[in-house]
Amino acid sequence: MDSPTGGRPIIALRGVSKTYKRDTIEVPVLAQLDLDVAEGEFLALMGPSGSGKSTILNLVSGIDSPTAGRVVVAGVDLGSLDQAALAAFRARHVGFIFQSYNLIPVLTAFQNVELPLLLTGLDRRQRKQHVLDVLGIVGLHGRSEHYPRQLSGGQEQRVAIARAIVSDPSLLVADEPTGDLDAASATEILDLLGRLNREFGKSVVMVTHDPRAAERAHRVLHLDKGVLVESVQRDRP
Amino acid sequence: MTRFVPFILRSTLRNKRRTVLTILSLVISLFLFCTLRTVITSLASSLESASTARLITRRSTSLTFMMPASYRDRLAQIPGVEDAAYMTWFGGVYIDERNFFAQFAVDPVRYLAMYPEYRLTPEEKDTFRRERTACIIGEKLAQKYGFKKGDRITLRGTIFQGIWDFTVCGIALPATPDLDTNWLLFNGEYLNQRMDDFGQVGTFVLKLKDPSRAGDIARIVDATFANSAAETKTETEKAFQLGFISMLGNIQAVIYALGSAIVIAIGLVSMNTMMMAARERTREIAVLKALGFNDRTVVGLVLAESLLITLVGGLLGAGLARLVFTFSNFTGGGFFQQFRVTDGTLAQAMGIALFLGLVSGLAPAWNAARLRIVDALRHSG
Repeated sequence: MDSPTGGRPIIALRGVSKTYKRDTIEVPVLAQLDLDVAEGEFLALMGPSGSGKSTILNLVSGIDSPTAGRVVVAGVDLGSLDQAALAAFRARHVGFIFQSYNLIPVLTAFQNVELPLLLTGLDRRQRKQHVLDVLGIVGLHGRSEHYPRQLSGGQEQRVAIARAIVSDPSLLVADEPTGDLDAASATEILDLLGRLNREFGKSVVMVTHDPRAAERAHRVLHLDKGVLVESVQRDRP
Repeated sequence: MTRFVPFILRSTLRNKRRTVLTILSLVISLFLFCTLRTVITSLASSLESASTARLITRRSTSLTFMMPASYRDRLAQIPGVEDAAYMTWFGGVYIDERNFFAQFAVDPVRYLAMYPEYRLTPEEKDTFRRERTACIIGEKLAQKYGFKKGDRITLRGTIFQGIWDFTVCGIALPATPDLDTNWLLFNGEYLNQRMDDFGQVGTFVLKLKDPSRAGDIARIVDATFANSAAETKTETEKAFQLGFISMLGNIQAVIYALGSAIVIAIGLVSMNTMMMAARERTREIAVLKALGFNDRTVVGLVLAESLLITLVGGLLGAGLARLVFTFSNFTGGGFFQQFRVTDGTLAQAMGIALFLGLVSGLAPAWNAARLRIVDALRHSG
């Protein structure tokens, strides 16, 4: 099955619905959603709060499960995995980039980036090499021993991106990655995401409220009340 | 798991003050536990050194009552008894009442032969027999007060009034280190003469030919003096010492109750600390899980942190108790033969630390395992 953009899909959602329960009230967030994202695609999800953007991110990254429908990522039907297998799936295939960075404050930039590698069979020397490589990619080679509190917001987000790519996942999910940043830092982060997409072939799914951020994507999907209302396709550079 | 050690260390020291205070509370409580436990083991070790080849005969009514010294000859004639010697609790005060140590007026001829586990030279024994005011002191007492042979020791009598001067004629060395040597023996004839030949003694020590007949012989002894003015109660040396200790009340039960209270209180403190620490890091735990840390690894990390705190506390508390009581030569004012924190007590303290670590880490670890990433990322931090 090909995605609308022509490539082999890394994400395929089929008839996905999601309903949250707040006490006794059921709140539908997604309704019968079908979506394909091609390998190497940069997709932006936009829409008002509560439209289901973050829910899609949660579903494709395996930290939440749909009420109905199938979620297939990197050829794996996530519904068939138990919790341990889902954790292993996330470690192998998904890199998370959060709005508020979510770095561990007591760890240095190096140690934060090293965290996902602790789950691999790499020895200390190999881990160090990988971490320094990705810190170089995000332009923070000289900041490896800095703690998060010693970094600017933009730098913290770059450390978070380094952590997301250190285990070489095929998919990056970014939830408002520029939401807490000033304009200059936001541009740097978007440049970096674009570079990771172009040069390293990472598929990116990004939730954003910022139209300028969305402009970096190949495709922008607008959601409203859990339904796709608009899809804007851009030419890949 | 070793690759997670830096992470565990950093997490544990995240809130240094709280961690240090928690460890400190564990140090104090396990120090106390070791101290209380050592009270029991020290009392027990005094029983261990008691011989089963010796019987102690005393007045059946109370240890405080005396009996005729003339009983010795009749005791020595009882079949199975190799020899009999008297010993009388003196209860004198050396300078100050805080300087407590045991003092006995003993049979100058026979008593020393009954305790070969205390080593004395033939000259020392001979002087003890000959000199009326001679005394023999144990090695520990000599070390404690710096007594040497030829020194004069003056005691103020409490049971036997007056000032009593003794000259050290020998220092007894123990055959094994667990033997009590915090005592003074003096020639019983000196007591008898100063008390106007009153002919009374406190207890008799009977040396048996065959220790396996101790029960039978004890019954024969007591039957021999039944219906006399001074009926006797005879028991093994061990049973005698146990009875002496039990006069202090049910120490063991009190100590266990105190120890349990300490362990429970500290368990609650460390549990509260771990719960607080884990609750503060709900979002971090969610991030770790999002990065691919599975439930087992997260549980392991939380438990490891909890165990690190309690084991460090345990190690410091128990180690401190061992060092303090080893190097201070503490004897509880002479009440204990030796007050040493045993390996068994150390192992128990570490066992408690391990238990506290597991128990206090269990609830936060369970919560961390059950944590839903989506909820934690949405609601916390």
